[in-house]
Amino acid sequence: MDDFYRDYILDHYRNPRNFGHLEAPTVTAEDLNPLCGDRIRMELLVDADGTVKDVRFSGKGCAISQASASMLTENVRGKSLEAVAKLTKEAVLENVGIGISPTRMKCAMLGLRVLKSAAIGSLAAWPDEE
Amino acid sequence: MTTLHLSERSAVEIRKDFPILARPTVRGKRLVYLDSAATSQKPNSVIDALDAYYREYNANIHRGVYEIAARATEAFENARARVARFIGCSPGELVWTRNATEAINLVAYSWGNANVGPGDAILLTEMEHHSNLVPWQLLANRTGATLRFIPIDERGELVLDGLDDLLDGCKLLAIAHVGNTLGTIAPLERIVPRARAAGALVLVDGAQAAPHLPVDVSALDCDFYAFSAHKMLGPTGIGALYAKRAILEAMPPFLSGGDMIRTVEYGRSTFNDPPWKFEAGTSNIAGAIGFGVAVDYLADVGLGWIREHEKRITGVALERLAALERTGLHVYGPKDPDRIGGVISFNLGDVHAHDVASILDTEGVCIRAGHHCTMPLMDKMGWHATARASFYLYNDEDDVEALVRALEKAARIFKL
Ligand SMILES: Cc1ncc(COP(=O)(O)O)c(C=O)c1O
Repeated sequence: MDDFYRDYILDHYRNPRNFGHLEAPTVTAEDLNPLCGDRIRMELLVDADGTVKDVRFSGKGCAISQASASMLTENVRGKSLEAVAKLTKEAVLENVGIGISPTRMKCAMLGLRVLKSAAIGSLAAWPDEE
Repeated sequence: MTTLHLSERSAVEIRKDFPILARPTVRGKRLVYLDSAATSQKPNSVIDALDAYYREYNANIHRGVYEIAARATEAFENARARVARFIGCSPGELVWTRNATEAINLVAYSWGNANVGPGDAILLTEMEHHSNLVPWQLLANRTGATLRFIPIDERGELVLDGLDDLLDGCKLLAIAHVGNTLGTIAPLERIVPRARAAGALVLVDGAQAAPHLPVDVSALDCDFYAFSAHKMLGPTGIGALYAKRAILEAMPPFLSGGDMIRTVEYGRSTFNDPPWKFEAGTSNIAGAIGFGVAVDYLADVGLGWIREHEKRITGVALERLAALERTGLHVYGPKDPDRIGGVISFNLGDVHAHDVASILDTEGVCIRAGHHCTMPLMDKMGWHATARASFYLYNDEDDVEALVRALEKAARIFKL
């Protein structure tokens, strides 16, 4: 688990990308990690074809949940909502790398769950439980 | 069990009675257990007692005529007598429950439904565990009563200035003896007499006190005292409610069914005497027996010794943590070992408490991180989460050193 906290993770934690709010988001979702109360909100701007044009996230929590969410937002512009809805836990684990312990998996998956929820318009399943 | 004089006791020696503390972690580290406020470890004598019950005399209690049933009944009631003596009440005033939470719920439903009505008030404090808050919220919803709160200041101390006004019109004061997030010890000797004078009954949540302080419910002069075995060397799934005899007599049953009855007809029933009136169904027999052995262990070491030992370790920890302030470490709550149980909440710079706990775990150091089941307190203080280390009789300076070294590692990883 100590391998996990590498420089780029700490950078995403302290300088989260796409952090904040959109003026007029098309879809939004918000959820919290039941284990620790970490909270994440995702806002997407979607064009008429269903393509994600812009994204913002906000929230508060541990380095794992915040960095995972931050990295996720770097890869959603230009994707269709359908493609976003189909993202799997591997999409996150590839980004954040090795070393997530089972007790912290929910932290890593929170951002993805919220993003997928925004894409499908209802609460998505936990990506690690699918 | 070995009996030693208090002065001969040491944490090093006590540790030998706790098999889990001798087991290295998966990473080969010494297990540094600093989460006894969540649940304590168990000594051999307790583990052996559970084992012996299941191996040698497992039988249901009460009404069994054969030898092992009689032996189980005797051990079960004997344990009640020992736990009762441990907190200074008589066995007839001690009801077995699953845990402190169930003990509080028993009072909220049985006593609360019968005695609390619209316009009544229930006084709590702002530091309560969810277990001593949510049951009263539900009671208030059922009855139209209102909740009031003794404030806690930013240092983590209860503010008693407006106490008499708060108590005016109160049916009940429900208060933690020791808070689980900041370790604040409630000055019950100053609070309970004023509650009495205002005509309120007093429930004390002793989940964090009975394991660590000498407790005498008659000296405290409370009406109810709730506590859990698992935080005081005993098994999970067993706890107890003390209530004054006359109050128990007057209270209607809570859960109902077998064992709590005297006579049953198809249309109606009469109920057993307290405490059995409140113990419907087969109890946690092994758990109760283990609880009795746990309080024997604590009494043998001596609660006076345990309290002094924890004060000393807490003092050392506060000092060592103060030296980490340069890395952004911040300790919350009263920083005076005389005023807190062995509980220290803190944060390390901008590192989230869960990340601190994960890094400490790699060094074998077990602490808790989060809201500690006190979400309103966290909101009031403006903390998202805190890390919490808590101490017990088996912890010593080596554990504090391991904590400090692991925190230094976390500070290094996060470049603080
Ligand atoms: C102050 C306090 N009250 C009540 C409880 C609830 O104890 P249990 O979960 O054993 O019912 C706890 C447990 O953490 C506690 O610390």
